[in-house]
Amino acid sequence: MKYETVIGLEVHTELKTESKIFCGCSTRFGAEQNTNVCPVCLGLPGVLPVLNEKVVEFAIRTGLALNCTIAPFSKFDRKNYYYPDLPKNFQTSQYDLPIAINGYLDIAVNGETKRIGITRVHMEEDAGKLVHAGTIAKSDYALVDYNRTGVPLLEIVSEPDIRSPEEAKAYLEKLKTILQYIDVSDCKMEEGSLRCDANISLRPAGSTKLGTKTEIKNLNSFRSVQRGLEYEVLRQTEVLEEGGRIIQETRSWDENRGITVSLRSKEHAHDYRYFPEPDLIPIVTDEKRIQAIRESLPELPDARKARLMRDYGLSGYDAEVITASRAMADFFDAAVSLGSDPKATANWLMGDMSRMLNAAGLSVEEAPVTPAKLAGLLALISKGTISGKIAKTVFEQMWETGKDAETIVTEQGMVQISDEGAIIAVIDAVIAANPQSVADYRAGKEQALGFLVGQVMKQTKGRANPQLANKLLKERI
Amino acid sequence: MKITRKDVEHVALLSRLEMGEAESEKFTGQLNAILDYVEVLNKVDTTGIEPTAHVLPLKNIMRPDETRPSLPRDLALANAPEQEDGYFKVPKIMEG
Repeated sequence: MKYETVIGLEVHTELKTESKIFCGCSTRFGAEQNTNVCPVCLGLPGVLPVLNEKVVEFAIRTGLALNCTIAPFSKFDRKNYYYPDLPKNFQTSQYDLPIAINGYLDIAVNGETKRIGITRVHMEEDAGKLVHAGTIAKSDYALVDYNRTGVPLLEIVSEPDIRSPEEAKAYLEKLKTILQYIDVSDCKMEEGSLRCDANISLRPAGSTKLGTKTEIKNLNSFRSVQRGLEYEVLRQTEVLEEGGRIIQETRSWDENRGITVSLRSKEHAHDYRYFPEPDLIPIVTDEKRIQAIRESLPELPDARKARLMRDYGLSGYDAEVITASRAMADFFDAAVSLGSDPKATANWLMGDMSRMLNAAGLSVEEAPVTPAKLAGLLALISKGTISGKIAKTVFEQMWETGKDAETIVTEQGMVQISDEGAIIAVIDAVIAANPQSVADYRAGKEQALGFLVGQVMKQTKGRANPQLANKLLKERI
Repeated sequence: MKITRKDVEHVALLSRLEMGEAESEKFTGQLNAILDYVEVLNKVDTTGIEPTAHVLPLKNIMRPDETRPSLPRDLALANAPEQEDGYFKVPKIMEG
């Protein structure tokens, strides 16, 4: 039988505030264990949490960027469960009145745009970290670090609109891009500031009834989201093909073994006994506040992509790649505003720039070649001072030395030779040294000309103006 | 709504509380007595009344996003039954 895959994603993202959601402890990642804790986040008796206003602002920003309705009235609830990563034995979260609901984001799959619904966005606190002595199975105790307890989180829940592991990956990438554009989260999956769980089920193609789902946890990179879900599609297909039934359960993705394994917990999964948090005051948001935050949003990825295509004639693909990161798009806009040709700028960013960034493991902001320096290089190319080929060498040297293009070109005498007399002298020498190729060209073999141009470039160490060399060579033969 | 022994045992399990038969019997009775006591509230007609999120007539009590000093670690760990290397030490977590 043919099955349709149905996926919904729950994404947790840590907000980049200075202090925790309900107390003044620092949110800094990587601090020594249990040094960013206080009576409030340790859940000591008699303390009162007070909400961080930045968290609400970031939550509303996120809701608006995801096309949600912002709740005029919102509150916190206690989600009760007993696990040592939670010192209070409940997580302060939001249940029936989340800060934002009913939004969407658009993803591109196989060149087509698809809209994925966002059910809700809610605020909550992160839990602590368990460190196991030795392996989990062997140790008879665990160690707990509560530094992360109380770090503000947003949980963003999608509708079950995702139909394949590829779409899930595209959704997550788009969500990350948006969160970075609006500057609410670092989204570093390797540091756990963006985490993803997935609900996945299969149903016979054409059916509208949802099948039994499993929840997959531990999908902690874009790659594991796709691989974990691909595995789960295969596993569920196999169970159904053999006439079996899917058991509703939580499974964990094991990256090393490439499989999902059942996490059968004794706890009844959804018995969290939510109730309103009496220690926190409701949040009331009026239209004026929402409008002010809406106006503070930057140009979002979709709008920016459309502008790059419309104003600069970039292809859909190029505009997508450039705007996938806000830093890259900012770099592009800065270089173009300094007079660089948009298409050439895009090509350099997607080509040499990306290659060097990847090789050095740097982000765009850390690149030694700034927008002004790239603009300087592109100006030398468009003026004809250097050829495109030489420019690549210059770019690499700019990267290594931090010098600007003009300095490097002058220092090393890389200026392009556009003097006809000088090029003709080289051409005549090349013609004299390669009689066979000259004869071939005269006999109609076009490719012989390419060889001869190559020889001219070689003799001039790439400095001859290629168009001029081509033209003069034809004249001289 | 009546609370049964099964409810009490279920909540005890969720709360990681160990209790004997006599105790769960006792709590079943006590919890039912509490529910009976507040049962009178069910007689009030609440048609058209919004659920109460908070009893105080307050909204939007928030603090600026500023850090304050945390507890010194030895103080944070002072009441921990067990500790090791700056961590809280807890019994093995049983999963599955």
